[in-house]
Amino acid sequence: MRIGDAKQSYEADEAIWTSSTQKIWFAALLLTLAVFPFIADAYLLYLGCLVGIAVISTTGLNILTGFTGLISLGQAGFMGVGGYTVAWLSMNTALPFPVTLLLAGLLAAAVGILVGLPSLRVKGLYLAIATLAASVFLHFIFAEWESVTGGMGGLSLEPAHLFGLTFQSDFGMYFIIVPLAVLMVFAAKNVFRTRIGRAFIAIRDRDISAEILGINLLRYKLMSFALSSFYAGVAGGLFAYFYRVVTPESFPLSMSIFYLAAVIVGGMGNLLGGILGAAFMTLIPEVLKLLTAALTPFYPNAPIFMSPMLEIIFGALIVGFLIFEPHGLAEIWHRIRRFFSIWPFRN
Amino acid sequence: MSSILEITNLSLSFGGVKALQDVSFHVPENTVTTVIGPNGAGKTSLFNCISGFYKPQQGSIRYQGEVLGGIKPPVRAAMGLARTFQNIALFRGMTVLDNIKLGAHVHMKSGLLGSLAYFGAARREEMAVRRHVEQHIIDFLEIDHIRRQPVASLSYGLQKRVELARALAMRPKVLMLDEPVAGMNREEKEDMARFILDIREEWGVTVLMVEHDMGMVMDISDHIAVLNFGQIITEGLPEEVQNNPQVIEAYLGTSDMDSLRKKLNPEREVA
Repeated sequence: MRIGDAKQSYEADEAIWTSSTQKIWFAALLLTLAVFPFIADAYLLYLGCLVGIAVISTTGLNILTGFTGLISLGQAGFMGVGGYTVAWLSMNTALPFPVTLLLAGLLAAAVGILVGLPSLRVKGLYLAIATLAASVFLHFIFAEWESVTGGMGGLSLEPAHLFGLTFQSDFGMYFIIVPLAVLMVFAAKNVFRTRIGRAFIAIRDRDISAEILGINLLRYKLMSFALSSFYAGVAGGLFAYFYRVVTPESFPLSMSIFYLAAVIVGGMGNLLGGILGAAFMTLIPEVLKLLTAALTPFYPNAPIFMSPMLEIIFGALIVGFLIFEPHGLAEIWHRIRRFFSIWPFRN
Repeated sequence: MSSILEITNLSLSFGGVKALQDVSFHVPENTVTTVIGPNGAGKTSLFNCISGFYKPQQGSIRYQGEVLGGIKPPVRAAMGLARTFQNIALFRGMTVLDNIKLGAHVHMKSGLLGSLAYFGAARREEMAVRRHVEQHIIDFLEIDHIRRQPVASLSYGLQKRVELARALAMRPKVLMLDEPVAGMNREEKEDMARFILDIREEWGVTVLMVEHDMGMVMDISDHIAVLNFGQIITEGLPEEVQNNPQVIEAYLGTSDMDSLRKKLNPEREVA
């Protein structure tokens, strides 16, 4: 049972963590994240980095689709803009990674604003098609603008560096990716504590009355596109540093659908949902592979039987979540929390 | 008494349907002014013209002497025109507190970078809004017990009250209420009537209201305009309007069969 959390000031009441229990758990989480690379093997470390990148990109898409209600299939394209920016800068300049990532985010944001321009007129599925078109267009540029993007062969990168340190291994990249992911999720959380976040949600819920209440729709829709693509651009830049190569096929359309699925499975309009969704979508295929490996000693035919089944099981899991948990993984989390905050009472 | 809103020869049509024809009336400052009329008379269309959501084909709306003409809805909101909606238009994904704070949007300045960092001016501004909303609006409308609840979980009467709170957070000079007590029980109606009178007296806000509940309209209005088939029949004090034969006819129909026949067949001589 949670008690003794009466507040003396509005500042305390509006804080992200409103009880010391929450602060302790969060500190424990940070500690786990910090210790993880020292105890994890190479494979887990690789997965940790992938989840970190997915969290940043999913949070970005969640701002646009989950909170502002604008469906986008352009996420992979925006990540591509970020990835190619970082790759080009690493080949042609000696800028350290914070600068290249920032520039990647800003360029992706500028592209996002351009792509978002039709959003004042078109909504829902029509906007999805408009962003899909933009995504195809960007893919075409990546493949054909050979002098800058290297065409179908793509670009190879120098490792990320800062103050003479280079981040070549997954171990090094983990310490760039995860702190950045934590920072960017916090920044997103802050946005939804202020007028700008409220304006986004108002546009999602009722755009006409939002306008009459004084919200300039075009300005805030474009701001949402810019912010969302900034996140995608940074995630794409990290992706480029992580794999040290970008090609047009690094950012396929299926990647946009992957992130949209992560937002929906995790819980639209819920930052925690975005994190859980990103982890779920990244890890479940791996878990299924591990299951197959575990079954092999008992059923030698398991790999032959299971590998074509993986996609089907993955798809079935997503459909199952949509049917039984339409508010996403975040809702399960909230149920667990509610249980403990009123424990030992039942209701 | 000077007029804060002056509507002159306003006409609005959708294709062949004439929603408003040559409507002229004024809203005296610091009064409760009510527009009444049967269903489909054009009351909500009139509100939508004042909000800037519809663009009338003819006529003008003057607000504090300034012609509103091509001014966009968000700018009108910043100028002090606030409203509530006939079908509650709260943002269902937000709590009561966030819905009310959203009303203060036009009076806040913090930009995207300040919001991302939640630091300095952006943070101070949020706190100032919270304090204002808590001390002046939530306390006044007696909704402190529900401030953390999502609006979707509230009863109809409370949702209407939260919508009023959100409009008050816009710090309006003219508050437009579209059917503020529709669907409420007696007790909720009395509360709402009390709030409306207090808003006018204590806050000095001019209230422009559309309402069907004649008991309440006659009790709290200072000035009434009657709209029927898109035209203003009459305007004046409650007593004057109440006894106007045209108003009675519009609402109740008429017992005078001759005048009814004349109306239906104006050309034919009535035997």
